[in-house]
Amino acid sequence: MTEQERIQKQRTERASQAAPEVTVDATKGDQLKADLDDLLDEIDEVLEENAEEFVRNYVQKGGE
Amino acid sequence: MSVAKVLGIETEYGIAGGPDGDQIVASSIIVNAYAQEGRTRINWDFEGETPDMDARGLPDLTSFAPIVETHLANTVLTNGARLYVDHAHPEYSSPECRTPLEATLYDAAGEEVMRRALMVANEMIETHQAISLYKNNSDGKGNSYGTHENYLVSRDVEFNHVVRAMVPHFVSRQIIVGAGKVGAETEAGLESDPFFQLSSRAEFFEEVVGLETTLKRPIINTRDEPHADAERFRRLHVIIGDANMSQVATFVKLGSTALLLAVLEDSGVGAFPAMPLHPVGAVRGFALDPTLKCAVLCEDNRERTAWDFQDELWRLAHDHVEQHGGDAVATPKEIQLVLTQWREMLDGVRDDPESVADRIDWVAKLRVIRGFQERHALSQGDARLQAIDLQYHDLRPERSLAQRVGLRAMHGDDAVREAVHNPPDSTRAYFRGQCVARYPSEIVAANWDSVVFDLGEGPLQRVPMLDPLRGTRLLTEELLETSATAQALLQALDR
Repeated sequence: MTEQERIQKQRTERASQAAPEVTVDATKGDQLKADLDDLLDEIDEVLEENAEEFVRNYVQKGGE
Repeated sequence: MSVAKVLGIETEYGIAGGPDGDQIVASSIIVNAYAQEGRTRINWDFEGETPDMDARGLPDLTSFAPIVETHLANTVLTNGARLYVDHAHPEYSSPECRTPLEATLYDAAGEEVMRRALMVANEMIETHQAISLYKNNSDGKGNSYGTHENYLVSRDVEFNHVVRAMVPHFVSRQIIVGAGKVGAETEAGLESDPFFQLSSRAEFFEEVVGLETTLKRPIINTRDEPHADAERFRRLHVIIGDANMSQVATFVKLGSTALLLAVLEDSGVGAFPAMPLHPVGAVRGFALDPTLKCAVLCEDNRERTAWDFQDELWRLAHDHVEQHGGDAVATPKEIQLVLTQWREMLDGVRDDPESVADRIDWVAKLRVIRGFQERHALSQGDARLQAIDLQYHDLRPERSLAQRVGLRAMHGDDAVREAVHNPPDSTRAYFRGQCVARYPSEIVAANWDSVVFDLGEGPLQRVPMLDPLRGTRLLTEELLETSATAQALLQALDR
């Protein structure tokens, strides 16, 4: 295989692995503009009822 | 000359619950649940209409080969990743990927693996012992655990040049890829008593360069374990990142860092901005200032804000791509996406943070923290604000706030589900994952640079994979397709 062919092959290889979804989903971005209040309503609903205990009990051992 | 930026992310997940609240036990349950129980529950209806298909065409909840190295669970997944218990955390180490976008996909697949493990595990144990998982980096009480990036780097680059080139990036990139944190938790952090920090990890860093990862954490980690031919490669092990919930942030974190490493390899350290005189002070100081006004003195006697550093680094990467392309990192199209997102986030965070609240974790988090605080007139130290911080990273769908704040996705759910089972095509992870999927009973061990087979008779046979770019789909698919058994595969490899 010549150097040229090899480069071509590498390029083709790379092109074939090119990501199919190289665009970000803009509609989700628009959702951001939705009222912060709606979001806060939802947070009111899903937030742990006993926040103090929830936070206090979350103790981890160090890692890495 | 830059080498292909093979890359990936390893994430230790925070964990709560489990029998007696023992985190090591809970972590083992999570890993074992995924490895051993998932397969028996193939009828689990996760997403409704789309059954999970793996490479063999079988619907499957999880994919694994139970490879036990110690008494703690340690498995290799069919997507080439490693899932195991590290200290007292379940950890997912993504397979080696060829581009930042691909590595972002396999990071998202890791979240999905953990979500599935969580669901299976919680089916097995008592309700009051239910486990929860968090993709974050600290417990708010001074204990931190890591999200580490890995990049393949040419051995030709002197390590002190890596330090000199990358410290400016690692101290400043948090303004766009920081995950944010309510309050502080280390002695040094508590002295400043901040309401909010841009990065959850910044206050844990105490040194500029070092080998440690758990004590005296360094901005540049010197672990020299390439899992590849050490004559040609190093693996830059980056321990200073936050765990991102935003896929765009993960993508830009990986893309910007990979591009800058390619600049260093191709053009040397000369064009990089000067280091801060006190890098540790810089990373902590930048974290403490959501107004982005904090400036630090640099070795060229100039003062720079984190934004100034990022602006200079973006220009450096941009100009390099104009002149040399970015083939070492990704396709031209993907490189452009790195550069445009990086630029938009940089300008947005300074000029109109609301415009990037769909991409920058700390901005998204701070927005709801402030909103919630105002709505309920809460004081700075209110536990509910810390609960919001914690739940931002919660993997339980019914509790997750990251899923609710409107973050942009880069990969669709279908792609993520596929990546849970199937390896990337473009690195040796393909061969590893395929071997695990095809010959699970003949594999006794697998790691980053080899797969070990036991055919029942004769000695164990190790297949080395020292080059991360060999073992790709292109190079091995035909061999795998024509090898019905592990024995046939090994015979073919011998020829």
